[in-house]
Amino acid sequence: MKRREFIRKSVGAGFVTGAALSFTGYNKLFGAEFSEKSSAYDLVAVRGGEPEEMFDRAIEAMGGMKTYVKAGQSVLVKPNIGWDVIPERGANTNPGLVKRVVEHCFQAGAREVLVFDHTCDNWRRSYQNSGIEAAVNEAGGRILPGNDQSLYRDVTVPRGKKLKEAMVHELVLDTDVFINIPVLKHHGGAQLTISLKNLMGIIWDRRWWHRNDLQQCIADFGTYRKPDLNIVDAYRVMMQNGPRGVSEDDIVMMKSLIISPDMVAADAAGARLFGSSPEQVGHIRIAHELGVGNMDLESQSIHRIVV
Amino acid sequence: MLTRHLKTVRVVVSLFFLIVAALIFIDFRQEFSESFISSFLFLQFAPSVVKILQVLSLSAVGFILILILTALFGRVYCSTICPLGIFQDVVSWLSVRLRRKKWPYKYAKPYNILRYSLLGLTVVFLISGSILILNLLDPYSNFGRFFTYFAKPLVLEVNNWLSPILTSRGIYAVFPVSIPAIRWEILIYPAVMLALILWLSYRYGRLYCNTVCPVGTLLGYLSKFSLFRIYIDEKSCTSCGRCDRICKSSCMSFRDGEVDFSRCVACYNCLKICPDNAVKYSVNHRKPLPVSSETVAPGPAKATDESKRSFLMSFLILLFGINRFSKASVDDIPTPEQDTTIPEIKNYPVTPPGSASISSFNKACTACTLCVSVCPTHVLQPSLLEYGVSGLLQPHMDFHAGFCNFDCTSCGEVCPTGAILPLTQDKKHVTQIGVVRFEKENCVVYTDKTSCGACSEHCPTRACDMVPYTDELTIPEINEATCVGCGACEYICPTRPYRAIYVDGNPRHEIADRPETERVDREVDFEEFPF
Repeated sequence: MKRREFIRKSVGAGFVTGAALSFTGYNKLFGAEFSEKSSAYDLVAVRGGEPEEMFDRAIEAMGGMKTYVKAGQSVLVKPNIGWDVIPERGANTNPGLVKRVVEHCFQAGAREVLVFDHTCDNWRRSYQNSGIEAAVNEAGGRILPGNDQSLYRDVTVPRGKKLKEAMVHELVLDTDVFINIPVLKHHGGAQLTISLKNLMGIIWDRRWWHRNDLQQCIADFGTYRKPDLNIVDAYRVMMQNGPRGVSEDDIVMMKSLIISPDMVAADAAGARLFGSSPEQVGHIRIAHELGVGNMDLESQSIHRIVV
Repeated sequence: MLTRHLKTVRVVVSLFFLIVAALIFIDFRQEFSESFISSFLFLQFAPSVVKILQVLSLSAVGFILILILTALFGRVYCSTICPLGIFQDVVSWLSVRLRRKKWPYKYAKPYNILRYSLLGLTVVFLISGSILILNLLDPYSNFGRFFTYFAKPLVLEVNNWLSPILTSRGIYAVFPVSIPAIRWEILIYPAVMLALILWLSYRYGRLYCNTVCPVGTLLGYLSKFSLFRIYIDEKSCTSCGRCDRICKSSCMSFRDGEVDFSRCVACYNCLKICPDNAVKYSVNHRKPLPVSSETVAPGPAKATDESKRSFLMSFLILLFGINRFSKASVDDIPTPEQDTTIPEIKNYPVTPPGSASISSFNKACTACTLCVSVCPTHVLQPSLLEYGVSGLLQPHMDFHAGFCNFDCTSCGEVCPTGAILPLTQDKKHVTQIGVVRFEKENCVVYTDKTSCGACSEHCPTRACDMVPYTDELTIPEINEATCVGCGACEYICPTRPYRAIYVDGNPRHEIADRPETERVDREVDFEEFPF
C-alpha cells in the first residue's frame, strides 16, 4: 500500500515538475517548497455532489490532506466571509465545505486550525450569518477576527509591479500552512473573484488597491505568498450582481469544486466553469504573466471526478 | 424599624441599575440583546416622556410608572433608577472617604428660581419643537454621553492592550476593537458637564439633581404630595443633627424639624443614621400643630410659595406654546452651508433608518448616544452642528466612519426616546434615508482607466451597477430609485479628498424600489468539464 502510494506520488510529482518546467519562471517560484509538497495532480475538479463529499473525493485524489498538512502544524484556513448574508445567497464560502476542510486538517494531525477573513460587512454579523463561525467551531477550529489594523503587519512585495508593500494579517505570517477556500463569484470590479481575489481578505488597506489599478495589485500580491492549497467552492455560483448579490436569483447550482496548489490554474478552471475565459480576466492573465501560476489548463494534469 | 433596612435595599437596587446601564453603553462586544436594552431602559424618565410624544405605545409608558412610584414613595427614581443620580452617589461616597469627613453635608436653602426656571425652559423648548434643553440637561442622556465618550474609549484601550498579550499566549477571547475617533469639539460639552457633575457631587452631594436636573425638579414637585414622606418626629428627636449632616440633598433641617421632601432623593440614609428613631418614613407625616419653638422659619414657607408660582408659570407658558409650535415643517430643517466649489455636494445630513425625517428625529433625540454605542459598523456618529444648534450632539450617519449594515436594525430597537423607531428588516430594506450621487470625473475608472468597482461591490440594492465602459473596464451607473442611502459606496470609494460617489440625505425618508433581478437561466451539465 505504502509502496503503491509512493510510486503514484512520485509519478505525479515528476509529471507536475515536468509540466511546471515548461513555463518560464514557474519552477523558480516554487523552488524547494514545491517538490516537498508534491501532489498527484496539478488540479482536481469534481462535479455533481454535495460540497463535503466533493471535497472528500478531491483531496483523496490529491493524496489526502497529509500532502499539505503535517502533524503538529498550525493551519490557516481562509474562506470568503465577506458579507452578512445567509449561505443560500452564495456570497460566502459554503460553511459545510469549510467545516469539512477543518476536519481534514485535524485528521492530518494539525495542531490548530485557525480561520479568519477581513470582511466587507460587519465581521461579527458576517461570521455568524454566513454559518461559518458555527461550522468552524463544530469542527474544533477557531475563528478569529480580521477587523482591526493592529492585527496586520507590514510586508514587502518585491516582485510586485504596482503593489510594493501591503499590510498582511499576522495569522498568515505566523501559521505553517495556508489553505485558501474562495467561492467562485461574479465581480463587478474584478470581473470574477476566485483564489487570487480572495487574498484581498488577508490584507488591510483594500482601498489602496482599488485606487491603484486593482487587477494589477491582485496579481502582484499573488507573488507574495502562495497558499499551499486552493479549494474553489463552486457549489452555488453567483452569476450576476457579484460579489454581494441581491437575491437567490443570482445563483446557479453548479455543484462543482476545484482544488489545486496553483492559484492561477484554479482560477483559470473556475473562470471556465463560470463561462468566461481566463485570459479575459485581468488579474488572472497578469498573474500568469508574472509567473504566479499557470492558466494554461491544456498542459496540466487534471483529474476530473463526477459524483 | 423596618425602614432602617431601606438604605440597604436602595443600595443594592441602585447598584444593579448603575452597573447594567454602564455596561450597556460600554458593550463593545454586543453581548446585550436589543430587546434586553430596550426593556431595561423602559423606566428612564425623560426618554419615556419623549417617546410617548412620538408614538402612543405601551413601550412608552415607563414614565407613568415612575410618576405613580413618586406619588407613592417620593423620588425613588432619583435614588435607584437614574444612572446619573447613582453615579453621583458613588462620587459622593468616595468623596466622604477621601476627605475623611464624617459629616459631609448640612442643610441649605433650595435654589428654587433656578430649578423651576430650568424645568420651565426645558418644557417650553420641548413643546415648541426643540429638544435642546432636555438634551443638554437630561440625566440619563448625560450619563450615556459620559460613558460613550469617556468610559468606553478607556475600556477599549485596556482591551486592545490586553488582546495581543493574551493572543500571544493562545487565549483568543479578547479581540482588538477599533476605537472610532471623535472630533474634539464634540467632547467639549460632555466634558464640561462631567466636570460640573463631578465637582458638585464631590462637594455638595445631590445639588445637581436639586438645581439643574429637570427630571429631579419635576419629580421633586410631585413628591411634595407623595403618600409616604420622610419627616422628623419632634417628640423623639434629640436634635443631634446627624440626619442633617448626612443628607446629601441638604434638605433636612434638624433645627426646624423640617424636611424639604421636594429635594429628598429617597436615599434613606437618615433613617439609618438616626439613633432615636425620630426620622420616620410613613403615610402619617402631617406636621403636628405649629410648634412655637424658637424661630418658626419664614424662609421655607416663602420658598414653597415661590416654587409653586414658578411651577405654575412654566405650565402657563407651555399652554401658550402648544398651538404655535406643535408642528415643524421640512423647511425648518437646518441646511448646512452649501459651497458650490466643494465637489461633494451634500444638502442634508443623513438620519438613521427609522427616524422618518430630519425634523422628527431632531425633535425626539436626546443625544444619549446609545445608538452610537450599539451601532456595529460605527456609521452612527455624534454630530456637532450638522443639524444646527438645536440638534447639538445628535447622531448622524457618517459614511466616512462606516456604512449602514443592510440587515441590521439595532439602533431603532434600542432607541429609548422613539427618535429612531424600530423597523422590521423587510421595511428597512426599502427605507431610503438618502440618495446616491456619482461624480464621474472623480472616479478611478475615468481618471486612471483602471478597474475598481468598490462601490458596486458593496451596494446591496443594485443602486450602483458596473456597466461597460471600455474593452475590459466597467464604470458605475447609479439608480436612485433602488438606493436606500446606506452609504457603503461612499465609505469604500477610494478617491480623496473628494469621493466619486456619495450619499446626500433625504430630509424626509422615502420608500425605495426593490431591486429588480432576473433569475439566471443556465443549464448545468454535471458531467461536463469545460476544461
